[in-house]
Amino acid sequence: MATLAALPLLLVLAWTVIYPNAAVIAGSFGHWIEFAQSPSDVEALKNSLIIAVASVVAALAIGVPLAFLLTRFDFPGRTLLRAAALLPAALPPLVGVISFLFLYGDTGVITRLTQIVFRLQDVPWHLNGIGAIVFIHAYTMYVYVYLFVSAGLERYESSLDEAAIGLGASTFRRLTRVTLPLLTPAIAGSALLVFMSALGSFSAPYVFGGGVRVLSTQILNSKLNDAIGLAYVETTVLAISAVAGLLLFRWLEGKRAYVTPGKGGVIRNPVRSRWVRMALAFSAGLIVLVLVLPHLMIILVSFAKDGAWTTQVLPPEYTTHNYAGLFTENQLWTPIRNSIVMSVLATAANVVFCVAGAYLIVTRKFSGRRLLEILVALPWAIPGTAVALGLLATFNTNNLAVGKVLLVGTFWILPLAYFVRNIPLVSQAVEGSLRQMDLSLEPAARGLGASWWMAVRRVVLPAARPGIVAGALLASVTAVGEFVASIVLYTHGNRPISIEILAQLRSYAFGTASAYSALLIGLVLIMALGARIAESRMQ
Amino acid sequence: MDEILGFPHQEAQLSGTGEGLVVDGIVRSFGEQTAVDHVSFEVKPGELVALVGASGSGKTTTLRIVAGYEQPDAGRVLFAGRDITRLGPSKRGFGMVFQHYALFPHMSVLDNVAFGLEARGIGRAERRQRAGAALDQVGLAGKGARMVQQLSGGEQQRVALARAGVIEPRLLLLDEPLSNLDPTLRQSTRDELRTTLKRSKAPALFVTHDQDDAFAIADRIVLLSLGRVLQTGSPEDLYDRPATRDVAMFIGHATLIPARRNGDSANVTIDGVSRPLVLSSSGDVADGASGAIVLRPEAVEITRDDSTGQWPATVLSRRFAGAQFVYRVRLDSQIVFDVASGDRIEAGQAVGVRVTRPVPMVP
Repeated sequence: MATLAALPLLLVLAWTVIYPNAAVIAGSFGHWIEFAQSPSDVEALKNSLIIAVASVVAALAIGVPLAFLLTRFDFPGRTLLRAAALLPAALPPLVGVISFLFLYGDTGVITRLTQIVFRLQDVPWHLNGIGAIVFIHAYTMYVYVYLFVSAGLERYESSLDEAAIGLGASTFRRLTRVTLPLLTPAIAGSALLVFMSALGSFSAPYVFGGGVRVLSTQILNSKLNDAIGLAYVETTVLAISAVAGLLLFRWLEGKRAYVTPGKGGVIRNPVRSRWVRMALAFSAGLIVLVLVLPHLMIILVSFAKDGAWTTQVLPPEYTTHNYAGLFTENQLWTPIRNSIVMSVLATAANVVFCVAGAYLIVTRKFSGRRLLEILVALPWAIPGTAVALGLLATFNTNNLAVGKVLLVGTFWILPLAYFVRNIPLVSQAVEGSLRQMDLSLEPAARGLGASWWMAVRRVVLPAARPGIVAGALLASVTAVGEFVASIVLYTHGNRPISIEILAQLRSYAFGTASAYSALLIGLVLIMALGARIAESRMQ
Repeated sequence: MDEILGFPHQEAQLSGTGEGLVVDGIVRSFGEQTAVDHVSFEVKPGELVALVGASGSGKTTTLRIVAGYEQPDAGRVLFAGRDITRLGPSKRGFGMVFQHYALFPHMSVLDNVAFGLEARGIGRAERRQRAGAALDQVGLAGKGARMVQQLSGGEQQRVALARAGVIEPRLLLLDEPLSNLDPTLRQSTRDELRTTLKRSKAPALFVTHDQDDAFAIADRIVLLSLGRVLQTGSPEDLYDRPATRDVAMFIGHATLIPARRNGDSANVTIDGVSRPLVLSSSGDVADGASGAIVLRPEAVEITRDDSTGQWPATVLSRRFAGAQFVYRVRLDSQIVFDVASGDRIEAGQAVGVRVTRPVPMVP
């Protein structure tokens, strides 16, 4: 019975997740030698892996110490730093890249200030190449590490550290032999997230990669050059790398998962030394400034008059016209309307689909359940560019005999891409809510004479609501700012905000690009706040 | 010693001879709440001392201050005549057994026990040999390669003990060492623990909320309540010569009955019948002053004949307790208590109650 109910869900997943990936792999045959013999492709694979690993190292180097500092110690400025530490997560991918361009690019504010202060002939650095990409990855992705390790430290049983100290261990020995080994699951889990995001990252290499080739940008290039077969090989290689990383980190994560006795809980030590307190407070202030600068920069430039900012450190002329223009000029309003409409459509589909899936996964046992579980999580392991190429390979022609429908070039291809990319996110949120529900509630309602629909409506859905709300908010916000799949699949008619930001940037309309960006940041903050409220109701 | 017993907040006479642990008037507050309020006691070489009290009595905070994990707001901790109040826990050379044992879950049993030796820079071969010997001593020979989670609760407790003992600590600290064991195991572990601790020669200070644990293991007991020391003494001292009502109520099942001291005895009036009772101790009740006698079940006999020196009573209920029955009897409207007896008596029956041995008196 449940298998029958799950069948439509499995069919949708087969059509939108399995078939596209299979089509990409099938399309890649015959082009592998081409890939292996292309120096730029081999270099792209190498660069992608280097960037992914370097981003993991950089994110760990920032995130782990910050988590220790904020959970274990008390010092002036701690609360402020704790709030600011999450700010990079509020930057949609492309927006983060643009703000870094304004700050640290050749004509960026910080770059020019440094040049002036130190009276340099040339710009002190160039924001391009692998270093620049890893730099912005470190900024946006350390948040995963910080969040995971903080949570690990909150649960950490502090008597283990005390036991190590009492047995005479030095601080270094305690950290390396006891604390860090026991935090391995948290560290590996967050490193996995960073690895996957960095490997699939598109915006940073695309905007200021300079001459650096990576797989994700290489895919788009091949597609634009009509070398679609080669694009399929590149996509397959990218997806395989991602899955390999996934398996490696999951193995690390599981290897060291221990249950510790006791109740955990953190004892936050006030920092006693006056000098250390002052140094910490000062550094905290500095870090907060660095974290908040990209946001401030976007807001500042969003009020700058387009075209007026040339050689000055800060934009010389300000106006509110950039914002007014977004809502009054048809050309500028269309992308906003497109993004909102497509996001709402995709999210609505996500909610219906994922609630049904989560309901079956959590409350029913049936053959195919494990398959359904894997398939709803699968798109998470596939980089956005690869998802887009898969859809391109599947929905490129009308041929129902082989399961193909022409959606590429129509409005509908982007909502479909957003839907596929957000299936794991929404499913996980709804499943999380449902798993907290007592599984005997639904049978109890049925036992009292309720119909199936009444039991679902009055018992199951209310239990799932916090997860539905949180999942829907996060999904819609991701879809509104989506860039990676959009740039592969958009047409002029359904171009979303991110594509328009890029277009404005190319025509040096920094103010308008920033106004769009500020709009996205505002949306993200509002939705994230809503999701957090929904989640807190869950507990 | 007797004079200083019974003064709950006295300045303890500390030997300060330079041996063992001396805790001298320590105070520790958390916000508004004073968890430890001028606590003083000592642990002499080779001695087993129990810190006993209900939850919130400050016993764990006191232990953590001795271990060095907490700093007192006032007062001093001395060991071997040296002030160690500000010394870090890793430098004290004490061994600690944590309440949940705090065994490192990612290490084998042997690596857990060897950790303290590793921290002292002892070479691998010697480390393994000494840790193995320590495991033998607690009856875990051959289990060194196991992971901690594969052991039972009782075995984990012994690993924790071996880990704390293998570094040859100058003082052993144990936080509720028996609280995670199930009741049957707990009985047998008590004797085992005392034997192990006595054999190690190191003095030990352990925290427990269970007076049976303290009685079975400790040479001396420090009884704490609301952060203050109520009384310090041997288990017999606390049981037979409680200094205050609080001590009497905490130790054993006691009923307090108003009385007036008259030399070595006390006059007790129940239901208009006044009788003298011989006192085993008088706390600091002055001759002629009033206080209360401490009546425990084993000092009372229930009779059905009409012999002299007894009070009339009524049996309220009977409970079967294996070797004997426990009767709840009422002497008058105020005084109801339990008496054990081998006789079978029905509820509602009128009986006599007689005190058969000297009783303690408290103010």
